[in-house]
Amino acid sequence: MINRVLAWLTDPAHWQGYDGISRRLVEHLAYSLVAVVIAALIAIPLGLYIGHTGRGRFLVVNIAGAARAIPSLGLLLLAILWLGPKFSGDVAFLAPAGLVLVVLAVPPILSGAYAGVEGVDPDARDAAKGMGMRGTQVLRNVEVPCALPLIMSGIRSASLQVIATATIAAVVGLGGLGRFLIDGLAVRDTPQTVSGAVLVAVLALIVDLILACVQRYVVSRGLTGRYVTVPTLDADGATAPAPALQRSA
Amino acid sequence: VTWLGDHLGEVLSLAVEHTYLAGMPLILGLLIALPLGWLARRYKALYPILIIGTGLLYTIPSLALFIMLPTLLGTKILDPANVVIAMTIYTVALLVRTVADGLGAVPEAVNQSATAMGYKRGRRFVSVELPLAVPVISAGLRVAAVSNVSIVSVAALIGVQQLGSLFTDGFNRAFMEPIIVGVVACVLLALIFDAVILGLTRMATPWQRAGTAPS
Repeated sequence: MINRVLAWLTDPAHWQGYDGISRRLVEHLAYSLVAVVIAALIAIPLGLYIGHTGRGRFLVVNIAGAARAIPSLGLLLLAILWLGPKFSGDVAFLAPAGLVLVVLAVPPILSGAYAGVEGVDPDARDAAKGMGMRGTQVLRNVEVPCALPLIMSGIRSASLQVIATATIAAVVGLGGLGRFLIDGLAVRDTPQTVSGAVLVAVLALIVDLILACVQRYVVSRGLTGRYVTVPTLDADGATAPAPALQRSA
Repeated sequence: VTWLGDHLGEVLSLAVEHTYLAGMPLILGLLIALPLGWLARRYKALYPILIIGTGLLYTIPSLALFIMLPTLLGTKILDPANVVIAMTIYTVALLVRTVADGLGAVPEAVNQSATAMGYKRGRRFVSVELPLAVPVISAGLRVAAVSNVSIVSVAALIGVQQLGSLFTDGFNRAFMEPIIVGVVACVLLALIFDAVILGLTRMATPWQRAGTAPS
C-alpha cells in the first residue's frame, strides 16, 4: 500500500489541472491564511485590550474553554445547513465554512494575546511607567514585545486548528487538500485517500515549522536568551510556560 | 425536541461509544506519558527531543491521522482501534510535556527530604513526586479530555459510529435537529469528563483542601 501511495503522489498527472495537488494545495493555504489573518485582526487587539486593562478576563477564559469543547465538524455542518440557504452559488458553501474557520481560530489567538500581556512581569511594566511611558506606549514598547511568544503560540495553535478543519470542510464541497481524502473515501480509492492524508499532515508540519521559525526571529533576544553567552541565573533553564497546544479537529 | 424523544436510545448508545473512544485513550495516554515525562525530567537531553517529537505528532490533523493509521498498522479502515490509537497519540502528545513540567515543579527540598528519609528513587517517584505533580498533570488531562471528545466526532467521516455520526446523518438529510443534539451531547460529555477528572484530582490531593476547612 505504501508503494501505491508513493506511486500516486509521484505521478505528475496528479499534480496538475483543475483538481491537481498544486491547485488544491494553494486553495488550502489560501483558506487557512485568510481565516487566520481575519481571526488575528479580531483577536489580537481584543486580547491586548483585555490583557492591558484587565477588563473582561472572565469572558476570555470562558470562551477559550467552551471553544475547545465544541466539535468543529458539528459546527461546520450546522453552519452550512443554517446559513447556506441565505447565500447563492459557491458562496453558499464558502461563506459559512469561512465563518466557522474564523470562529475556531479566534479563541486560541485571543487567549494567547491575553495571557501574554497578563503574564508580563509587573516590574517591567512599572519600570516603563516610571520612565514616563503612557498606557499605549507601555503596551506597544513593553507588553507586546514581552507577550510575543504567547501571541505566536496562539497563532500556531489557531493555524493547526484551521488547517485541520479546512480538511474536514471538503465534506461540504469546499476545495483544498481535504478533497482527496473525502473524494477518495467516497469512491474507495485508498491510494488517493492516504496520499491526501499524507499531504495534509506534511502541510500542517511545514506550516508549524515555518511559524516556529518566525516566532524565533520576531521574539526579542532579551526574552529568548538567544546569543546570550553568559549562563543565566535560572539554573533550571526554564522558559516561560507555553500554553498547551489545543485543537478540536 | 421531538426528534430527541424519538431517538433517545440511539443517541445514548452513540454517547456510550463516544465515551469509550474518547476515554480509553486518556487512560492509555496517561500510562504512556508518565514514563516518558519522567524520562524527559530525568535526562535533560531527552526533554527537547520528546517535547518537539510529540508536538510534531500533535500537528497532524485528525482526519489525516485516522486515514493514515490503517495503512501504517495494517488495520481495517472501519476498525475503531484506529480512532483509539490516534486519540492516544494526541493524548500522549499533550501529556508528556505536562507530566515533565509537573514533576519539575516538585520542590527540590521535598525531593531531598524524601531521599534523606530513605526513599529510593522508584518509591520516591511513586509516593512523593507523582502525588505532588497531580494538580499539574490533571490540568493537562482536562485539556486532553475536552479536546478528545471534540476530535473523536471527526471519526464519523471514516464511518466509525459515535456522536459525530449524528452530524453526518443530519447533514446528509439536510436536517438540523440531529446535529444540534450531537453538538450539545458532545459539550455535555466534555463537561462530564471534566467533572470526573476534577473529582478524582480532589480525591487524590486531600492536602490541597486541608487549609480550607469550613468555617
